[in-house]
Amino acid sequence: MKLHPMIAALRKHKAGVVLIALQIALTLAIVCNAIFIIGQRVERVGRPTGLDEGNLFVVSQQWVGAPSADTPDGVAKLDAMLKEDLATLRSLPGVASAAPINSLSLLNSTWAGALSTKPGTNFTDRGSNVRTAYYFTDEQVLPTLGLRLVAGRNFNAADVQNHGFREQFTYPVVIVTQALADKLYPKGDAVGKTIYVDGSSSPSTIVGVVARMQTPAVGWGDNFAWHATLVPVRLDANFTRVAVRAKPGQLEAAMKATAPALYQVNRLRVLDDDSVRPFTDIRAKAYRADVGMAVLMGVICLILIGVTAAGIVGLTSFWVGQRHRQIGVRRALGARRIDILHYFQMENLLIAGAGAVIGIVMAVGLNMWLMSRYEMDRLPVFYALIGVVAVLALGQCAVFVPARRASNVPPVVATRAA
Amino acid sequence: MFGYYLDLALRSLKRNRMLTALMVVAIALGIGACMTTLTVLHVLSGDPLPGKSARLYYPQIDPQDMDGYQPQNEPPLQVSWTDGMNLLHAKRADNQALMTGGSVPIQPEQSSLEPFYDDARYTTAGFFAMFEVPFLYGRAWSEADDDGSARVAVLSRKLNDKLFGGADSTGRTVRMEDVAFRVVGVIDDWRPNPHFYDLFSARYGGEESVFVPLTTAADLKFGRNGSMDCWGKGSGDNMKTATCTWLQLWVQLDSPAKAAAYKDFLIHYSQEQKAIGNFQRPPNVRLRNLMEWLDYAKVVPSDVRLQVWLALGFLLVCLVNTVGLMLAKFLRRSAELGVRRALGASRRSVFAQLLVEAGTVGLVGGLGGLLLAVAGLWLVRRQPVNYAALAHLDLPMLATTFLLAVGATLLAGLLPAWRACQVTPALQLKSN
Repeated sequence: MKLHPMIAALRKHKAGVVLIALQIALTLAIVCNAIFIIGQRVERVGRPTGLDEGNLFVVSQQWVGAPSADTPDGVAKLDAMLKEDLATLRSLPGVASAAPINSLSLLNSTWAGALSTKPGTNFTDRGSNVRTAYYFTDEQVLPTLGLRLVAGRNFNAADVQNHGFREQFTYPVVIVTQALADKLYPKGDAVGKTIYVDGSSSPSTIVGVVARMQTPAVGWGDNFAWHATLVPVRLDANFTRVAVRAKPGQLEAAMKATAPALYQVNRLRVLDDDSVRPFTDIRAKAYRADVGMAVLMGVICLILIGVTAAGIVGLTSFWVGQRHRQIGVRRALGARRIDILHYFQMENLLIAGAGAVIGIVMAVGLNMWLMSRYEMDRLPVFYALIGVVAVLALGQCAVFVPARRASNVPPVVATRAA
Repeated sequence: MFGYYLDLALRSLKRNRMLTALMVVAIALGIGACMTTLTVLHVLSGDPLPGKSARLYYPQIDPQDMDGYQPQNEPPLQVSWTDGMNLLHAKRADNQALMTGGSVPIQPEQSSLEPFYDDARYTTAGFFAMFEVPFLYGRAWSEADDDGSARVAVLSRKLNDKLFGGADSTGRTVRMEDVAFRVVGVIDDWRPNPHFYDLFSARYGGEESVFVPLTTAADLKFGRNGSMDCWGKGSGDNMKTATCTWLQLWVQLDSPAKAAAYKDFLIHYSQEQKAIGNFQRPPNVRLRNLMEWLDYAKVVPSDVRLQVWLALGFLLVCLVNTVGLMLAKFLRRSAELGVRRALGASRRSVFAQLLVEAGTVGLVGGLGGLLLAVAGLWLVRRQPVNYAALAHLDLPMLATTFLLAVGATLLAGLLPAWRACQVTPALQLKSN
């Protein structure tokens, strides 16, 4: 089929052609970027924390009229109360293990700091320090959270200390995540090595490395999301948090039994509906904004594609109506139905192709503009290519119905007056 | 004439229902998406204290040591206890208040209620007058109460309803953390959005149930919420001497001259502190007013802005779509328009006739868009985000919806109408 007569025909409908091409270009630009954003959000939401999430729940509670955490005597009392709670939780029938912990992945309450391989560094200096989030916990943490030890050893009971949460204390031993270990000791020999926390000059020894554990910070802490440090210290304060791992299939029962059991130990506490939360709930809450955004973008994209397809159908139908007689003439001169069908399909391909070329330029421009204003990455080329294929396919689908109607125009039309 | 054009428009729109429906739906979707996102943006970037916000300022100074010093850096977002108290007691502004958020265990006297934690604000006497907090009963505490760490509290209406069944509770006692507080006042519903005075505890929908003097809360070591940045020796167990910034200071300055003078005072204060060795860095101060502060703190989530741009892009595509469809529709009627022109109608009146038709589509589309926006906002309100409850359509936005819809479709109708009235009557008549 020759393109020349087709282009000559399109010249008669400049405004319409330009409008369809523009619409396709805009759709391509917006949909490409929106799908890219959706992809990024989905990737964020889907990344595993490294925890055994399915059987995990968290108990966060506060004491009423508790002793002060600023006196040694008060700290001792608070620690005794925490240990009593831990013993109670561990003895529940549905519970596999439990560990005190100051925060948990995705919980958005972060104790952030920095690790260095050199003593006494200025810890705001990013060059010699690696940002991290601390988890203060005990020797039960690995089995409770389901963390996988890849090197070294777990904490033992003798490693575990306790401190008031406002005290200044040292961290003789720590366990770090693989990502953090690699950053500190790129040769992969972190176990047994010394590090210094928060610019201090007292050494801490890395006794173990776990495969993966996410920090509590979602959003602002994304650049150190996998740099977690576990410290074997029970923090004593007027609030406590305990991570509990239920036996398989007994999560509901264990959660239900928690509050009554704890109240039986000590009534002077605040333990409300929000205090006992399954980890799945924490995950859903942490990412709900991302999920919402992804869904919204998806819906807008679908509607956009629908509107553009409808627009193509509308305009092509109009053209078919307008060229009714010409089609009849072509048919009378020997063109087959398939020729007419191909003519309209080809015409659409031409317009959609032109739109797609403009669309790619616009998509890249839009992406660059978004990168300058919002936290966005560069649009990968294959997104744009997939977009091009998608709009060409969309155009072909949309044009099919009016094109088929055109091919059904009988040759006899040519003999009738318009 | 208008009535006749309207009649013609309706007839023409009825003739090709599919095409009309397509145009109306496209406009409605575009307008609906735009208005939903714009309303959310409008609500979130609103002025929490209209009429007063221009006179409220948020001073920032830089008390940190030389570690990590960069001359171009912004000063910390909050102030330390020492500086906060110094600036508060200097009383250089027309009004001032120092504050932080926290949560306290409230122990009701009724045995039917379990103890519960509620959000509290630890602040100073100036808070209530400066932010024009409406009182239901009683009044704010006095500066003497601040100085003497008095055990006094102001309750929110909601907490007063819960504890005292809504009765005037001034003079009665509330127990918090095993300490008895005398109620001096109950405030009426007051919920400025954004939660401008403390963006660190909640940006939207923040609401405190109980207010107590900052000095009292510090003495009793009440639990605090929010953000804290430390340097040097850090916090330790005494927040009053901690080298940490954790308090928000707000001042009221009634004229620009006073604001300029206050900024000079902040620089002077920084120099003085440096001279006596408390500060190490050169003076680095900021004095932003309320709206500038909200802007600087980027209080509107960037996702919301992104959604607005997305919706605007969507509307643009819908409009291009409408232009295309209208062009097709108007050109198809060349013959009819040729007859009108031949019978003596001027180009101008044909143009007007077509624009009335476009406007009708816009009006119907706008109506549909409004319904979609209402539905969209309902969906937004069901989202579990902290600003969800605020998403309501107000009158200005309602008017904007219609203006935008009709304006946009008229704009979209301009090109097709212009093209259509270029028809040469003779040619059209001949070909028929």
